[in-house]
Amino acid sequence: MADLTTNFLGITSPNPFWLASAPPTDKEYNVRRAYEAGWGGVVWKTLGSEGPPVVNVSGPRYGAIWGADRRLLGLNNIELITDRPLQTNLEEITRVKKDYPDRALIVSLMVPCDEESWKAILPMVEETGADGIELNFGCPHGMAERGMGAAVGQVPEYIQMVTEWCKKYYSKPVIVKLTPNITDIRNPARAAKAGGADAVSLINTINSITSVDLDLMAPQPTIGGKGTHGGYCGPAVKPIAMNMVAEIARDPQTAGLPISGIGGVTTWRDAAEFMALGAGNVQVCTAAMTYGFKVVQEMISGLSEWMDDKGYTSTADFIGMATPNVTDWQYLDLNYVTKAKIDPDACIKCGRCYIACEDTSHQAILMKEGRVFEVDDSECVACNLCVDVCPVEDCITMVELPKGELDERTGRKRGDYANWTTHPNNPSAQAAE
Amino acid sequence: MTTPMTPGIQSGRLSADALSRNFEDLHAPLDAHEARVAADRCYFCHDAPCMTACPTSIDIPLFIRQIQTGTPEAAAKTILSQNILGGMCARVCPTETLCEEACVREEAEGKPVIIGQLQRYATDTLMAKGVHPFTRAAPTGKSIAVVGAGPAGLSCAHRLAMKGHDVTLYDGRAKAGGLNEYGIASYKSTNDFAAREVAWLLEIGGITVETGKMLGRDLTLDGLKADHDAVFLAVGLGGVNALRIEGEDHATAAVDFIEDLRQSTDLTTLPVGRNVVVIGGGMTAVDAAVQSKLLGADTVTIAYRRSRAEMAASPFEQDLAAAKGVRLMFNVMPTAIADGAITLEYTATKDGKLSGSGETVTLPADQVFKAIGQTLTTDAGLKLEGGKIAVDATGRTSLAGVWAGGDCATGGEDLTVTAVAEGRDAAEDIHAAVMGA
Ligand SMILES: Cc1cc2nc3c(=O)[nH]c(=O)nc-3n(C[C@H](O)[C@H](O)[C@H](O)COP(=O)(O)OP(=O)(O)OC[C@H]3O[C@@H](n4cnc5c(N)ncnc54)[C@H](O)[C@@H]3O)c2cc1C
Ligand SMILES: Cc1cc2nc3c(=O)[nH]c(=O)nc-3n(C[C@H](O)[C@H](O)[C@H](O)COP(=O)(O)O)c2cc1C
Ligand code: SF4
Ligand code: SF4
Ligand code: SF4
Repeated sequence: MADLTTNFLGITSPNPFWLASAPPTDKEYNVRRAYEAGWGGVVWKTLGSEGPPVVNVSGPRYGAIWGADRRLLGLNNIELITDRPLQTNLEEITRVKKDYPDRALIVSLMVPCDEESWKAILPMVEETGADGIELNFGCPHGMAERGMGAAVGQVPEYIQMVTEWCKKYYSKPVIVKLTPNITDIRNPARAAKAGGADAVSLINTINSITSVDLDLMAPQPTIGGKGTHGGYCGPAVKPIAMNMVAEIARDPQTAGLPISGIGGVTTWRDAAEFMALGAGNVQVCTAAMTYGFKVVQEMISGLSEWMDDKGYTSTADFIGMATPNVTDWQYLDLNYVTKAKIDPDACIKCGRCYIACEDTSHQAILMKEGRVFEVDDSECVACNLCVDVCPVEDCITMVELPKGELDERTGRKRGDYANWTTHPNNPSAQAAE
Repeated sequence: MTTPMTPGIQSGRLSADALSRNFEDLHAPLDAHEARVAADRCYFCHDAPCMTACPTSIDIPLFIRQIQTGTPEAAAKTILSQNILGGMCARVCPTETLCEEACVREEAEGKPVIIGQLQRYATDTLMAKGVHPFTRAAPTGKSIAVVGAGPAGLSCAHRLAMKGHDVTLYDGRAKAGGLNEYGIASYKSTNDFAAREVAWLLEIGGITVETGKMLGRDLTLDGLKADHDAVFLAVGLGGVNALRIEGEDHATAAVDFIEDLRQSTDLTTLPVGRNVVVIGGGMTAVDAAVQSKLLGADTVTIAYRRSRAEMAASPFEQDLAAAKGVRLMFNVMPTAIADGAITLEYTATKDGKLSGSGETVTLPADQVFKAIGQTLTTDAGLKLEGGKIAVDATGRTSLAGVWAGGDCATGGEDLTVTAVAEGRDAAEDIHAAVMGA
């Protein structure tokens, strides 16, 4: 079994699976159970300033999107940061860290955007012995209305300023947690780096309304006839989060800045994908909230099984391995040709590929006598929509046309690599040297 | 040419082709797509009822999730760490009365997650790779005798070997495997799976198998105790109950018929009656009846003395028998067997006591099998309870240094999976005892 020990910012944890700052990490009781279940680290539920804690609604906090068989795919929440007193949290953090020295424990913070507030809380956090802090610049609801959370995360200058304060008043690693509710994730990441952040973590939740109660005529979750937008998370947000991770990982200005990947991590494979794109570890919230802490056991066994298969002896072996292969569209090989191929033995003759291609794509699938489905290479543009709608995995595959072979659709032989930058149809094409 | 209608006990009632079709896998193995779809139905329940219902407490939600996420090898390790014969159990467990009966989707939709078949998918995948996923701990220098190489003995021996002990596994028969090799219905364990699984299990190392060594004939308990640090008895139930009726010698033991069938290399040479009657109501009765039918018997009847509801064979087994064309007769008991016929008397239960009603029926019967329970043949002088070796929860017998488990000992149902659990748990206790913990 591969060793999953992961070093992130000098903080070692027995595996790269951390719980994200959220209800699963809200208090000592949960965090102890999480460590016992095998989680490598925990980012404590976000703490606010000393004084009367925030108040949560006492009606429903979540909205949900389900797939077939009521599988939870997306979760939306209107919960705020911790609603328990600061001192209670700090005492619990101190105790837990003492009892679990080998696990990572990060304290998430969100206090008003002034130096005094940060100067006040940071020494208290330092005293707990926790391994680092995470700045919650992401909460998209409630706290943002009060000038915190996403309200800070959406202004790069604020991010840099607060990060600088934290580096000034706190000695251990500072992770900046980014909100996805922006247009270009690279700007907040650059600001975090400029402020001296040791790492960024992303994503926090995405502004969303999950559903509308058509009797009450109000968004759900509905509190006394009204609703508000919440933060979306779970498997549904993984693609958005992975793109943002990749953007930061391949941005020359932030390249090398450690990243903690968050958003929809549910299985070992999700984690491996985030890490391949450049995340040094991952954080998980919705999967734990859906299945309980035990779900980490599958992540651990699956990742180590895969690493053994591939011959990786440490997570460092594959972190960032996919980053160089994330590029801009303009650099994709326009001479690369594939054709869909249907395996007649695997095909169950449902006709989904046919109708998808016939009605909405390129009329490249033929439906023959006896419900036999075949791809017409002279029409197939290789979009792979058929692969995506086919209910049988690996029944339709995209087969690469070897170099020099004739593409029946274009009537041209497959040539060498050539991209848009040199394409004759591109008005601003540079002449190939 | 011999046909199902040929009178008497004859071989070759069906063609070789028909026989090989008949004795194919009861459930064809799942392919990757089927496994994925089946696994997707599991809810990853907390404190899962299926897991509680499994005598070996396999972490079912975890292994199914591991299948869902494309790591059947990890799933197999989850299974095998609790149940080293997880491959056989996946084939033979009456899941309809164990894990699958408890599955919450049985409650929700009347269709449980097909746990047994998924378990087979995972274990088959790992075994096909030729992987033995366990290694031995540092040698302890202790030596343990395990008598009986059925599921209980194999499971105990494997766990002890893992702990670093040296194990000698004795069995009176020529092959290891116990009823996995000699008893389980053919269509549950195809392609010599029992023997392949034993060979795979022994890859752990540290287990010396000594076949042809019978306790009571070649070995004594005192001798074993003197030569080893502990002894585990897993001798199963070697005898069969008698009918105690007129013409008893016309009847043969169902287990002997099944054993011949399991050991046969050419089913066209295996004789079976034209009209077969099986006396009994358990799994052995069903297996003997179904396999007689599959061999080409024209009529096969199971005669059980109580009602359908009281039958030990599960509704699934009953339906299987019926689907294969076996007739199930209830509330009848045999009173006499003659050459070619059996007389049954109808029964009724009065004040909890079963008695004959006086009314009888006579059926043609060239072959009568008795399957009314097995009995202990090797008690080694230990204290017994209800005809079995008396043991406590960890398998300790009345004699210090001697443990017992599986069918020969008290506790649990007589099932492969129960035998595995008892062997494993006894091994843990033996380990603790010999290491002086
Ligand atoms: C026909 C039949 C069908 C069955 N079908 C199923 C099924 O589908 N599913 C299920 O779960 N269970 C089934 N069972 C029950 C299951 O096979 C048993 O519960 C299980 O095999 C018990 O395991 P064991 O290790 O205790 O004993 P056994 O499997 O009986 O093994 C005992 C071993 O001890 C050896 N032995 C006996 N005496 C001595 C001695 N004196 N010295 C040395 N060695 C000795 C024997 O040769 C044998 O190898 C079936 C049983 C029968 C008879
Ligand atoms: C109910 C709930 C409360 C959350 N509270 C916080 C919080 O206090 N601080 C924070 O940084 N993120 C919070 N998050 C966001 C998560 O930490 C995480 O970034 C997000 O859920 C995406 O990960 P996931 O897809 O694994 O759930 C919360 C999420 C949920 C569902
Ligand atoms: S999950 Fe627990 S706290 Fe939440 S509504 Fe249900 S019972 Fe109440
Ligand atoms: S979608 Fe897949 S299964 Fe359905 S007809 Fe097309 S190839 Fe066959
Ligand atoms: S009870 Fe059924 S659904 Fe629940 S964990 Fe077990 S197999 Fe899965």
